[in-house]
Amino acid sequence: MAEQMTGAEMVIQALVDQEVEHIFGYPGGAVLPIYDAIFQNDKVEHILVRHEQGATHAAEGYARSTGKCGVVLVTSGPGATNAVTGLTDALLDSIPMVCITGQVPTPLIGSDAFQECDTVGITRNCTKHNYLVKSVEDLPRILHEAFYVATSGRPGPVVIDIPKDVQFALGNYANPNISSHPTYKPQMEGELDAIKIAVDMMLKAERPVFYTGGGVINSGDDATKSLREMAELTGFPVTSTLMGLGAYPADGEQWLGMLGMHGTYEANMAMHDCDLMICVGARFDDRITGRIDAFSPNSRKIHIDIDPSSINKNIVVDLPIVGDCGHVLEEMVRLWRAKTNAPRTEEIQPWLQQIDQWRAVKSLRYEKSDSVIKPQYAIERLYELTKDRDVYITTEVGQHQMWAAQHFHFNQPNRWMTSGGLGTMGYGLPASVGVQVAHRDALVIDIAGEASVQMTMQEMSTAVQYGLPIKIFILNNEYMGMVRQWQELLHGGRYSSSYSESLPDFVMMAQAFGAHGIMCDDPKELDDKIMEMIEIDKPVLFDCRVTKEENCLPMIPSGKAHHEMILPDTADIGNIIDEKGKVLV
Amino acid sequence: MFKPSWDLERSQSVERHTLTVLVDNEPGVLARVVGLFSARGFNIDSLTVSETEHDRHRSRITIVTVATPKVLSQIKLQLERLIPVHRVHDLTAEGESLERELALIKVAGKGENRVETLRLAEAFRANVVDASIDSFVFEITGRPSKVEQFISLMQPLGLVEVVRTGLTAISRGKEGM
Ligand SMILES: Cc1cc2nc3c(=O)[nH]c(=O)nc-3n(C[C@H](O)[C@H](O)[C@H](O)COP(=O)(O)OP(=O)(O)OC[C@H]3O[C@@H](n4cnc5c(N)ncnc54)[C@H](O)[C@@H]3O)c2cc1C
Ligand SMILES: Cc1ncc(C[n+]2csc(CCOP(=O)(O)OP(=O)(O)O)c2C)c(N)n1
Ligand SMILES: [Mg+2]
Repeated sequence: MAEQMTGAEMVIQALVDQEVEHIFGYPGGAVLPIYDAIFQNDKVEHILVRHEQGATHAAEGYARSTGKCGVVLVTSGPGATNAVTGLTDALLDSIPMVCITGQVPTPLIGSDAFQECDTVGITRNCTKHNYLVKSVEDLPRILHEAFYVATSGRPGPVVIDIPKDVQFALGNYANPNISSHPTYKPQMEGELDAIKIAVDMMLKAERPVFYTGGGVINSGDDATKSLREMAELTGFPVTSTLMGLGAYPADGEQWLGMLGMHGTYEANMAMHDCDLMICVGARFDDRITGRIDAFSPNSRKIHIDIDPSSINKNIVVDLPIVGDCGHVLEEMVRLWRAKTNAPRTEEIQPWLQQIDQWRAVKSLRYEKSDSVIKPQYAIERLYELTKDRDVYITTEVGQHQMWAAQHFHFNQPNRWMTSGGLGTMGYGLPASVGVQVAHRDALVIDIAGEASVQMTMQEMSTAVQYGLPIKIFILNNEYMGMVRQWQELLHGGRYSSSYSESLPDFVMMAQAFGAHGIMCDDPKELDDKIMEMIEIDKPVLFDCRVTKEENCLPMIPSGKAHHEMILPDTADIGNIIDEKGKVLV
Repeated sequence: MFKPSWDLERSQSVERHTLTVLVDNEPGVLARVVGLFSARGFNIDSLTVSETEHDRHRSRITIVTVATPKVLSQIKLQLERLIPVHRVHDLTAEGESLERELALIKVAGKGENRVETLRLAEAFRANVVDASIDSFVFEITGRPSKVEQFISLMQPLGLVEVVRTGLTAISRGKEGM
């Protein structure tokens, strides 16, 4: 039944119909009618952030930790441009998001009106799709189509730009219940013939490895379940990208740890020496492949991906399977079962033994200290003291992010929120706000760097306003550590602008926000202080002073192959990367 | 049927391909297509676009691009990812297709040159669409190579100006897109 209402009311009604409970936003002239409609509704809770970038990252955290779509509402002009970083972040990490932006009234578009910007123009290349709504008649369809596009297939951000006159206009609203689209038709089922061939290849493999990624998390719990089942059925070792952590449990026996630039030695060596690589929902990113022409030279490669353009983009594979990895894995399980019930653990014994030898290198080891807190130690303690709780981790970007990936272990999906593709400093704090909104009683920790966290620190105020007890655990090395490490590797240790000569007193800063501040610089006090952080029912800024010039290892230096990793005992890392490697990032 | 893709790396050398893209004729669709080419560093040699099915709001975009086989396949897949894109066909890869271009060519000259210009125009089946005592404008349609050739012949005879529509193309045979 169509109902008459204003465009602004349609926005809220569509959110209700989409079962959206929370949106993150910031008001302004061009969205006042929508804010008025929010004021008069009691179904959708609006979380007022302090900066529109914060809204986008909060929505990302919310989405990644729930599997639902994150929703953002911002005004025209500066509201929209401030959202661009988060939209791009969501695009690169395949996060479902709908971002509603206000626009100047249609008759004024193109006249350089107050707070006008070409939002659809600016966001065209950083969204999966975007819309400018020119008439209220189109609004119901566009609102619902946006959710369909954002959440189906390979998820991503969608912008709906709504001019103010359209928000005031009266029109008929009915939920069109969109479950397909005339031109956009993601392929869910994988081709059966291809899956059969994949199973045959797997049955013959002698040195197999599962290389899994964010697509498994995108696909949802069924994919995680089937992946674990497939791993158990085959007995094959499993590694994952940064984006896929938690899909296969870190305490599983077949777990190799993360792969890639800062992945474990065993994961990268297994990738390099395998004879069969089964890539599930990962995109052969350059952090994974290292030198393309030396990438896993002797393997056959199967690639399961819902996005046909991910296939053969960086690495040409032998067997592409386009489809949702949940469906495809389920089918694989069925076909495998039809052939055998015994895992191939026996047949691949030499391979597993080889892997154990690589494991014995203990590539994540580091020198312990009684006097200073080692960053790796801090993460280890944080993990040990929180692992039995309902814990969600977000991160900023830098060394601390990699240490978190290496030393915090994830046994479940959707527990790890990090900016992988864009690498956005300032992601973690607002993301933790979003996560905590979705999981009020959980322990939500942002593992942060002192530089990154200052980029979106203002969202502490949001956390205080809504009583969200997020824990910001800052590994404070006073350096933009990741930048410093690269300067050591590539630029003769000339630390140009990577040291923060001035840092705020984070404890006082916490107090100024009305949050709780903790400082710790003594390894002997660390456990107690972490417990203090966990137990206090308030947002916390934890200033954990760690070794200043620690390097994040192991590492595949730029321009090198998987088997050329820098291990923790490699001396003189300043001489490893050649001229060709230097130009890479 | 699934296709193994080893052959993609068969060649590092670039090929010229004509793609035809069926899109919903909605605002911004051309910007999406062009933006994709610039954002991903693909080449556009020629681009034509026009509405072809008015009732269904559909347009056809014909793009000529030059790339390696691997990049060509990315271009096609990336185009298909755009939401308003219905279908993309690589006409060059799919067998024979008809390719045409229209050019308007202004030539100025007198005496012998003028006679020669007209003689060549006739040979190339170029129509005179404007004439004055010391100039012609010709309209020529054909494969780009033919248009090219005609233009180069006009060069010494007083070529003033050329405008070209860019290439448009359709597959042979009874199958439609
Ligand atoms: C400082 C820094 C260092 C980094 N170092 C590393 C590192 O050492 N190791 C590492 O792994 N990463 C690292 N990254 C992250 C890296 O940049 C990439 O973000 C990451 O590797 C990409 O993960 P992914 O391949 O799983 O792809 P994602 O970006 O998660 O993409 C998912 C893929 O799965 C597909 N997909 C989506 N949904 C489905 C579905 N339902 N079914 C099937 N397929 C689907 C998508 O089409 C896409 O191809 C680092 C990032 C930073 C900032
Ligand atoms: C918005 C943004 N600007 C710049 C960078 C480049 N960058 C990557 S890591 C890093 C340093 C991060 O420092 P910090 O947050 O202290 O983390 P650490 O590496 O010291 O753990 C910088 C500047 C980035 N990733 N994002
Ligand atoms: Mg730092």
